[in-house]
Amino acid sequence: MPTKVEKDSVTGQMTTGHEWDGLRELNRPLPKWWLYVLYATIVFAVVYCVLYPSVPYFTGYFHGTLGYSTRVKVDADVAAVAKQRSAYMDQIKVLSFDAIRKDPQLLAAAETAGRITFANNCQPCHGAGGGGNPGYPALAAGNWLWGGTLADIQQTVTFGIRSGLDTARQSQMPKFGVDGILKPDEIQSVADYVMTLFGQPIPGRDVSKGKQLFADNCAVCHGEAGQGNRDVGAPKLAAQTHLIAQDRDGVVAQVTNPHMGVMPNWNLRLDTATIKSVALYVHSLGGGE
Amino acid sequence: MARISKADRQLQLQQEEAGQHLYANRVRVYPKSVHGPVRRFKWAVLIFCLGLYYLLPWLRWTRGVTQPRQAVLLDLFHERFWFFNLEFWPQDIYYLTGLLIMSAVGLFLVTSLVGRVWCGYTCPQTVWTDLFMWVERIIEGDRNERMKRDAGPVTFDVVWRKTAVHAIWLGIAFWTGGAWIMYYVDAPTVTVEFWTGTASKEVYFFTALFTATTYLLAGWAREQVCTYMCPWPRFQAAMLDEQSLTVTYQGWRGEPRASGKREPGVGGDCVDCGACVTACPTGIDIRDGIQLECINCGLCIDACNHVMTRTGRPNWLITWDTLADQTAKAAGTHTGFRFFRPRTIIYLSALVVAAGVMITAMALRPGIGLSVQHDRAPLFVRLADGNLRNGYTVKIVNKAASQVTFEITTHGLYGAFLAESDEGLGPAETLGLPVGADRVGTFRVLVTGLPAALVDGSQPIDFTLRNVLTGEQTTYHSVFMGPEPGQRR
Repeated sequence: MPTKVEKDSVTGQMTTGHEWDGLRELNRPLPKWWLYVLYATIVFAVVYCVLYPSVPYFTGYFHGTLGYSTRVKVDADVAAVAKQRSAYMDQIKVLSFDAIRKDPQLLAAAETAGRITFANNCQPCHGAGGGGNPGYPALAAGNWLWGGTLADIQQTVTFGIRSGLDTARQSQMPKFGVDGILKPDEIQSVADYVMTLFGQPIPGRDVSKGKQLFADNCAVCHGEAGQGNRDVGAPKLAAQTHLIAQDRDGVVAQVTNPHMGVMPNWNLRLDTATIKSVALYVHSLGGGE
Repeated sequence: MARISKADRQLQLQQEEAGQHLYANRVRVYPKSVHGPVRRFKWAVLIFCLGLYYLLPWLRWTRGVTQPRQAVLLDLFHERFWFFNLEFWPQDIYYLTGLLIMSAVGLFLVTSLVGRVWCGYTCPQTVWTDLFMWVERIIEGDRNERMKRDAGPVTFDVVWRKTAVHAIWLGIAFWTGGAWIMYYVDAPTVTVEFWTGTASKEVYFFTALFTATTYLLAGWAREQVCTYMCPWPRFQAAMLDEQSLTVTYQGWRGEPRASGKREPGVGGDCVDCGACVTACPTGIDIRDGIQLECINCGLCIDACNHVMTRTGRPNWLITWDTLADQTAKAAGTHTGFRFFRPRTIIYLSALVVAAGVMITAMALRPGIGLSVQHDRAPLFVRLADGNLRNGYTVKIVNKAASQVTFEITTHGLYGAFLAESDEGLGPAETLGLPVGADRVGTFRVLVTGLPAALVDGSQPIDFTLRNVLTGEQTTYHSVFMGPEPGQRR
């Protein structure tokens, strides 16, 4: 309680009686209606506490008489969004890619769904925006292993590559070194020739032997001119960008004991409409065929 | 407010005086009507402001067939603001920043020159309170009559007058709330819709909201808004200095004040009649000097002049003057009003600069807009043939009322060519992109370039957009990226 209400000598006003280290406070009374507003907010708080979830117990909490719950509301919101989405997704599921692409609104919805799905599922390996990572193809660049049409992409995403499914895309590069198909010096010769396909020939190196070995052992999959073969997912070697082996040492390692990538099948995790959306998104990144 | 008896009130005032109450009852203000040049000016400003507010939405304007015919329309639903010949898109929001800067600096300038004239004349709180007081005065009579009726018993006379006042207040408040809505939707349309019950929920809600706030703030809260709610009176002191014109009681002339008949030349000019106090809409005594509650309306000037004339003394005992001039006058000299002082020059130049920038930006505002955003990831991709490709999101604003084809091309990267992603247009050096009427077109454009054209891993690149019909063009500076020198991937 205020104890020393007194008149301030400078202003002639009364003080509140509070004093802190010699500092005193002038009494400028608040309007009463202001005080009533405070009481009104207290009443509001009490009513709110009765109607809505409020007081915690040791083992739970008071649920409120209205039975309101944010979790129920979230479920309702999610259901509402799902219903809204299904209008698009149902169409994406049944329509052909051509039909979807003729409908700008549907295409925009599919590419948005595809973008989010890609970011959640594909991005860890293929990089944001399909930029690729060492050993994982850059989808935006369009240097496809298994084909870049919408149908190709849909099939790859659905069944995966070497995923263990019978329907998966399947191929194997022989272990030329480990299994003794080629001798170490032969592998060195092949590597010298492959570097010419890469466009980085090693100066003064005779590649005729390597060329012959390539024609006998590698061309069957990678093509005579190293153009690759999408039927077996054999990478194009006559190119500036490469999936696994970036230099001569890499080529030697790959021929000796090949590394072959695996992509999971997504048919058990994503529904058809979502996979088609992902295919449309990946196709739009710049590499689509 | 609950009414209390005179004796109770007296007791309470004593207790408040004694500092025993931390909460004060509201002292109801009964401003007495005044006549004079200040009051006439205030009426003129009030009529102008209210006329502008109520009638502006009804002003029609000729525009394109598909565009609204209302001169001032803030079309939030279609994201377009219309001011006569100007059309604003959400992208133009920074003009609002400019407008707010100009308003703030303008307010500072006016306040440092002539005090709180905004508060006294043009603040909506003041204008509507003044209008409501006028209604009250016509039906319930002037100050003395109103005080007598409020203190007396509840009779039929009191009841019908109070009912009439509140009914008219609510009517004005409703008109105010309705006019507010008309700035956001077409006025004639919404009027018809409102009365046929077909308007949207928002229209009814906001009309009701602004009806309620107008009625409460102008009818009930009045000067309490200025005294307790508004921040402006609290920091206006920073705008005022000894050279600002404010409503001033000329104490050197008025004091010592005394009432009753006096010989001319004896004592000060103030006859202590209290006319300035009873005229004050915020219920203060201007003779106590400049204070937070004073809204600088100057009605006390008219009230005082009336008394001065009647008692044969010179007018303008209360007047607009500066503190510096008053100090000089008290000492028997006189200083003029200094319009140009560092403070006003700074405010004025800030205002001129802001206005200049705004007007220039507005005049040079292109009818087309281009924004180009470089993909954040991947920054670039290397193609199998060794070329580099960058992706950009291109947004094109078409403000025309018809579809327009825009040509986009790039400069600054030798041998670059463009393509619209996903088997769209190109590859070509120039793409023709169609954008619908009154729309923003979004395109993903891929630019392919030779790595040899890059210096230091990246290269500035300009996108130029040309309206095929009008030839109007605009440029956007962006960048083309590639690997750092020595980096292979």
